[in-house]
Amino acid sequence: MSFGSAVYIHDFNCFTALGEDAEANWASILAGNGGIKAHNIGFLSEVYASKIDFSTIAVDEASEETRLEYILSQVMAPILNNHKPSRRTALVLSSTKGNISYLESGKKKEAELYRLAKKLSVKAGIVTEPILVSHACVSGVLAISVAKRLIQMDQYDEAIVLAGDELSAFVLSGFQAFQAVSPFPCKPFDADRAGVSLGEAGACLFLSRDSSMFKILGEGAINDANHISGPSRTGEGLFRSVQAALEEANVEADAIEFIAAHGTATAYNDEMESIAFNRLGLSTVPLNSLKGYFGHTLGASGLLETVITLKSMQEGVLIPTLGFEKLGTSQPLNVVERITKKTVRRVLKTASGFGGSNAAILIEKTW
Amino acid sequence: MVEETYIEKVCIVRANSIVVDTVPRFSSDDSLFAEFSKQAFRQINPEYPKFFKMDSLSKLAVLAAEYLLEGQPIDDLALVLANRSGSLDTDVRHQESIQNEQEYYPSPATFVYTLANICAGEISIRHGLQTENAFFIAEDYPINTARSYTEYLLKSGKAKRVLCGWVEFFEEKYDAVLYIVSPKGTNKHSAENIKKLFE
Repeated sequence: MSFGSAVYIHDFNCFTALGEDAEANWASILAGNGGIKAHNIGFLSEVYASKIDFSTIAVDEASEETRLEYILSQVMAPILNNHKPSRRTALVLSSTKGNISYLESGKKKEAELYRLAKKLSVKAGIVTEPILVSHACVSGVLAISVAKRLIQMDQYDEAIVLAGDELSAFVLSGFQAFQAVSPFPCKPFDADRAGVSLGEAGACLFLSRDSSMFKILGEGAINDANHISGPSRTGEGLFRSVQAALEEANVEADAIEFIAAHGTATAYNDEMESIAFNRLGLSTVPLNSLKGYFGHTLGASGLLETVITLKSMQEGVLIPTLGFEKLGTSQPLNVVERITKKTVRRVLKTASGFGGSNAAILIEKTW
Repeated sequence: MVEETYIEKVCIVRANSIVVDTVPRFSSDDSLFAEFSKQAFRQINPEYPKFFKMDSLSKLAVLAAEYLLEGQPIDDLALVLANRSGSLDTDVRHQESIQNEQEYYPSPATFVYTLANICAGEISIRHGLQTENAFFIAEDYPINTARSYTEYLLKSGKAKRVLCGWVEFFEEKYDAVLYIVSPKGTNKHSAENIKKLFE
């Protein structure tokens, strides 16, 4: 069942280790580049991660912006240029940890996430209260759903959806404690995958009721209710999230022509996704994970991967899964292995994360 | 389609006491949250050892939900939660474990709680809620957003009922206001009525 008016995605942008905007990222991906390199982070040396190089960026010394604030301001700027915020424009920010690095110097207040949202909304000239979605690794996809839902409820006319997380010793140390960090650049869905590579990024897109090239057909965000740090063995929450999206769109699973998967390259996650997609009858649908290019960028990942996927739909080019060589899940998947010219009309983007969270969104290219 | 929606039941946990609707259900003189929450949870559910392994924010959320959901149908019950500090209370603990190279002992059991939505996951696990989940962070309870978002879930058919509210915990200061919104009841699910829950 669908509810409320249709919501469309207009402009989009991203800022990652591969480039400062969507065009630069796209060109770099087509050139076969990956952003994951060996870095020293905190007390940890030679860790594979995707880090934005600030040495070539002229940061205003007088500015009190943190790295993350700089990334988010930059990624949002062209969107704001095209869409001057009105009194009914929402800012929906997705972040898991925000300015968490403030804790290294004992600045607890400064680390509070809502302060980051307030700073960015003031900077953007948005007068409505910012909305901050902090829902583990599904935050980026869920933020699109939240914006869509609130537009459909007529709380807003339009929304800037913004997502960002930075690479931090805080998160890296935790993933290492879980023994979930890959000793080489991550290999999503591969037989030799050995965990995540972390990364940092900002991503942004603009939603409104005005029609555009991309229409949101349906979405869902359903919990596994199984385990806080591991996905359901049956992929139940992901399965149900996709079903909710299909139901709202009023289409069958065979309408899906491409899947932009989560694909973190941990043993459990990728296996769970293969099970969920097979239960949905999607084993032959072309699928990719972009984690091999950007690493896992946490609260940014879902939005970043949506942005690259929109670009992919626009250009009629499917992007391969960097790092993938040989399928390593118990269920079959059609992992895209090389740059493929193909027009896809309906695309599914999914994410799953800690806390048993899952999110799915179905997007249609309208022309 | 769902037309009218109501605040059906409310549970407030603050200042070492638990009140369901207007009925006091538990109170304790113990000033530490760990001890208060342990006693309060044991009183209503003596058989859920997982509770004692949770961080404080999850304990607060699961404790309030336990009293709120007592005797309630849980079919297609979604979760919409919010707070101010996210998981900062546990973030500080994790940071302490990695602050010095000589005393470097990050623990997966702590790290997993450094995400705000884990407390929603804990409620989902405890009650088997394979349903819509969202966690928002704001300086104060985002009444309009929580209300609109909840109405969306009910009116779109994505949930039959919604457990909403505020679960805030930072350095022993805590406050939980959880409530169920459903198509049944007498107290209208209006911004004014939500505001009254926080007075």
